[in-house]
Amino acid sequence: MLRVALTHRQGDFELDVSFDAAPGVTVLFGRSGSGKTTIVNAVAGLLRPDRGRITVGDTVLLDTDRGLRVPPHRRRLGYIFQDGRLFAHLTVRQNLIYGAWFAGLGRSPRALPHVLEMLGIGPLLARRPAGLSGGERQRVAIGRALLAQPRLILADEPLSALDDARKAEVLPYLERLRDEVQVPILYVSHAPAEVARIATTVVALEGGRVTGIGTAAQVLGDPDVAPLGIRSAGAVIAATLRRHHADGLSELDAGGIALFVPRIAMAPGTSVRLRIAAHDVILARDRPTGLSALNILPGTITAIRQGQGPGAMVRLSTPAGVVLARITARSAQALDLAPGTTAHAIIKSVAIAPDDVG
Amino acid sequence: MIDWLPPDAWQAVALSVQVSVWAVLCSLPLGILVAYALARWEFPGKQVLNGLVLLPLILPPVVTGYLLLTTFGRQGAVGRMLEEWFGIVVAFRWTGAALAAAVMAFPLMVRAIRLAIEAVDPRIEQAAATLGASPAWVFATVTLPLILPGVIAGLILAFAKAMGEFGATITFVSNIPGQTQTLPSAIYSVLQVPGGDAQAARLVVVAIVIAMAALLLSEWVSRAVARRIAGA
Repeated sequence: MLRVALTHRQGDFELDVSFDAAPGVTVLFGRSGSGKTTIVNAVAGLLRPDRGRITVGDTVLLDTDRGLRVPPHRRRLGYIFQDGRLFAHLTVRQNLIYGAWFAGLGRSPRALPHVLEMLGIGPLLARRPAGLSGGERQRVAIGRALLAQPRLILADEPLSALDDARKAEVLPYLERLRDEVQVPILYVSHAPAEVARIATTVVALEGGRVTGIGTAAQVLGDPDVAPLGIRSAGAVIAATLRRHHADGLSELDAGGIALFVPRIAMAPGTSVRLRIAAHDVILARDRPTGLSALNILPGTITAIRQGQGPGAMVRLSTPAGVVLARITARSAQALDLAPGTTAHAIIKSVAIAPDDVG
Repeated sequence: MIDWLPPDAWQAVALSVQVSVWAVLCSLPLGILVAYALARWEFPGKQVLNGLVLLPLILPPVVTGYLLLTTFGRQGAVGRMLEEWFGIVVAFRWTGAALAAAVMAFPLMVRAIRLAIEAVDPRIEQAAATLGASPAWVFATVTLPLILPGVIAGLILAFAKAMGEFGATITFVSNIPGQTQTLPSAIYSVLQVPGGDAQAARLVVVAIVIAMAALLLSEWVSRAVARRIAGA
């Protein structure tokens, strides 16, 4: 387990955070300038914080009170950088085994075949980074970090330098990493869809402070936390892929309710997470008929929160899980919505982007 | 071919190559260290070091030669120390010529290497550190291979400068045939003799051929290195 407590001042910016990361993927979530990368660099040892204590398991990496600071090359972490940072003068194979060699695992570490297979980079071994596509480069960077046999993997927005198609290419590999490798991962992101898919735990950051810790569903579904502002608020629903339909839709089962989304490239039976942005949800008191939207979730309102502007955030408890709906305060009044009343959440299938599901 | 130049002229050519090769190879490690320090480290006196390195480029070569003579000559502080402790004498020897050439060529070598180091993204080196490489290993496995074209360019530039060095050499170690008479000093000497123009012209051709060969070699090597780095 990773424990982090840091205070650091850099110009006008002040970081003061403390959190424990449970096993799995811990996502540092916040807008740029919230201190995410500062934290990751402090954990990696690339930045000397003013004060702090960082431990991984029983190993102390930093303890400023005791004057202890392990240099970066002895921390045994695997850092996946935003921009890959592959070694241009080495082949893909040499890049991959760079960390493994320093970890004393030799020139062909035992995990190599498995990592090559997992990341689909076997055919690239003899190439050099300059000849790789952005997505391939980032997959090699993941493999390089992994093969160093780290006790913790750090990933600083590993997808943000990629276009949407490349993101869709690499994200499944990160999910496999989370599910197959027993190494905790500290992951930086400012993309709600990515967080919804990959996070085990979310640490929400704002202005150098932790504003919330919890599961993706808890943090993303809590409008009070929403570190990217109210527009990024949305629910995360766990579902199972039932079947693919001939008309290009995939059918999910969420708590016994059928949801239809644009076709997703996975096998039936797979567990997926579905992010539903609050501003894509329409509410109705009675079950509507003659409607083009395919997804209707009946539920009970548990909370209504009136914002500063004309909007209101409604929390609806449904058999599929909590759904957030951002509607106008005027509608909330007109429909006579209040905690305890029943309502139906309506979601257009096409409002759910492919990268919202995974 | 051998008869084309008299033996003592060939001797001067050979000596020049020997002096220049030793001068650049021996100063290379120090050149890399100084270039690295100037490119990456912050320390008091950095500007002074920078000035000292560049000084031979700006000073009249005669002044540099004079300073070498007063420091490394048999009466000079360092010269006497070298002689007493190690029995090494550089004054009026070919080793002295190599020292003069090294000092004169040093600024060019450091400048080329420094530019190469400044072009290396420190974040790549950080990546190597996170993968377990100590600072020395980072330098050996990442920085050095990446700056290799710059190091080679610096070597060739310094070699060319050393081959052409005249003022500081002749001031420091004089112009003794077979001992300290390098190619430029030999050209100068023949020009002092009436009717020596023809031989001077031949020596000039030799100088041009060596310089061109060095340049072409450096181009070829740095292209090969660059191709390796950029290659798919």
